Amino acid sequence: MDSIASHSLDFFDGESSENTKIVARSLTNRLLSGICITLSLLTMVPLISIIFLLLKKGLPLLGTAIFTELPPAAGMSGGGFGNAILGTLAMVGIGLAISAPAGILSAIYINEYSPTSRLSQAVRLVAKLLTGIPSIICGVFAFTVVVMTTGTFSAYAGSMALAVLMLPTILLTCEQALLGVQSAYREAAYGLGATRFQTIARVVLPDAFPAIMTGVMLAVARAAGETAPLIFTALFSQFWAKSLNEPTASLSVLIYNFSTVPFPHQIAMAWTASLVLVAFVTLANIAAQTIFSRKN
Amino acid sequence: MQISNEAPAKNTAEDRNPIGRPDFISVKDFNFFYGKKQALHEINMDIPERQVTALIGPSGCGKSTLLRNFNRMNELIDGVHHTGDIRILGKSIFDKGVEVISLRRSIGMVFQKSNPFPKSIYENVVFALRISGISKKSDLDECVERSLRGAALWNEVKDRLHESALGLSGGQMQRLCIARAIANRPKVLLMDEPCSALDPIATVKVEELIRELKQQFTIVIVTHNMQQATRCSDNTAFFYLGKLVEYADTQKIFSNPSEKQTEDYITGRFG
Repeated sequence: MDSIASHSLDFFDGESSENTKIVARSLTNRLLSGICITLSLLTMVPLISIIFLLLKKGLPLLGTAIFTELPPAAGMSGGGFGNAILGTLAMVGIGLAISAPAGILSAIYINEYSPTSRLSQAVRLVAKLLTGIPSIICGVFAFTVVVMTTGTFSAYAGSMALAVLMLPTILLTCEQALLGVQSAYREAAYGLGATRFQTIARVVLPDAFPAIMTGVMLAVARAAGETAPLIFTALFSQFWAKSLNEPTASLSVLIYNFSTVPFPHQIAMAWTASLVLVAFVTLANIAAQTIFSRKN
Repeated sequence: MQISNEAPAKNTAEDRNPIGRPDFISVKDFNFFYGKKQALHEINMDIPERQVTALIGPSGCGKSTLLRNFNRMNELIDGVHHTGDIRILGKSIFDKGVEVISLRRSIGMVFQKSNPFPKSIYENVVFALRISGISKKSDLDECVERSLRGAALWNEVKDRLHESALGLSGGQMQRLCIARAIANRPKVLLMDEPCSALDPIATVKVEELIRELKQQFTIVIVTHNMQQATRCSDNTAFFYLGKLVEYADTQKIFSNPSEKQTEDYITGRFG
């Protein structure tokens, strides 16, 4: 209180040693604000330059053929990567169909049913460890479990690898989403005679839904761009997949393959594939956000 | 506390509901423990039908714990246990045959912080019906109007029943929670400091409502505000350190308490 009083006195007195201190302080304040603003702008530079680069190098080849045709053979021009787009969609889709229910239901168990039990603590710990595991290990795991036993590279194996990759992200973000639901809502529901299931289904999940979906989208965005887990599992294919049980093309592996060959057309196509991949993930994100924000 | 300067509403004998069971809720030799810590000691009290019974006392005295035992909300906490019994209409609420879900459905509860669900006003009110499997529109509509009228909120919200409940003011939210609590036509209404987060005007409205509601419900209210207890309760129980120190007619407690501790508390000497 004393310092405030003396400052206000300075305001009326005009000059004093205190006043010069205040001037210095407000200068420091402005300087720090300036640094913060500059640095925030700098963080946007990588994203903007990536998008700029993708548009510049990827746009020339973008056309309907990209979505409908098969990849060209080495050194040839024309073609597209419709099979890779389909493969990525299928594998991310199946991976999500496995990991989303498993992750969300586990999160419900560890947060709503038995938060302090040994099992819950173990699940939480394992999920945290799993997030730290390099994605290539997920590929090796799916290779051992699916490819070795079925004897073929397949979309199933790729989906499995992506599912393992997505599971901890979904589980942990979903747990955070459930933790974010006010306990007053649960109390109100129990007070009205709701069972635990009714409380979760009618009150907790609807409230946590947008946050859960954000977590799921994060997992999808990451899985869609992963190359390492797919090289060992889905491999690649120049052709349209006839079933899920054969080597399957994906955008990320196509980008990896085509960007390392010495043919300009293929390299240009890798850029276009990158653009398509980023566009897909971004569109899915925006779609999810608008749908869920409208809901609230 | 401007509110305390207002003339307290009279809670005279003629205001009271004459007919009614004197032991609508009956607490017998009740002890309650959080783990090893004993929160309630040998509580014995009868709560009369269709009257307002206030539980007062300093923080941590066990009044909320007792309130939350009436609908067994304390069982949501790990490691609690009790001895003794609580009977409602002569029937033990702890009987093996009693489903805690049906007990809670027949007892309404209003919490300290108003907690409407992030749903529409309409859906908040009909929540208790929906979880009982009632989905006929005419039943739900009837319930919404009856409950909101009962909570003196109908005229304020009838044109925006399908808007989010979170857009209401604090006092309206708390009255919505009361509407939600009475939607299932419970016999008992439990209120855990229902006005502590409300401004004086909203408090007056809720207190008026409490006096209305006792025509239909047996009301138990926990309050920190002693003026509130004098304004809207018929009986007052004073708790201290987990024990029921004194339980009598509200007017007697506040004008002529028999216990020294009660007098010290209501005159503000401690607590």
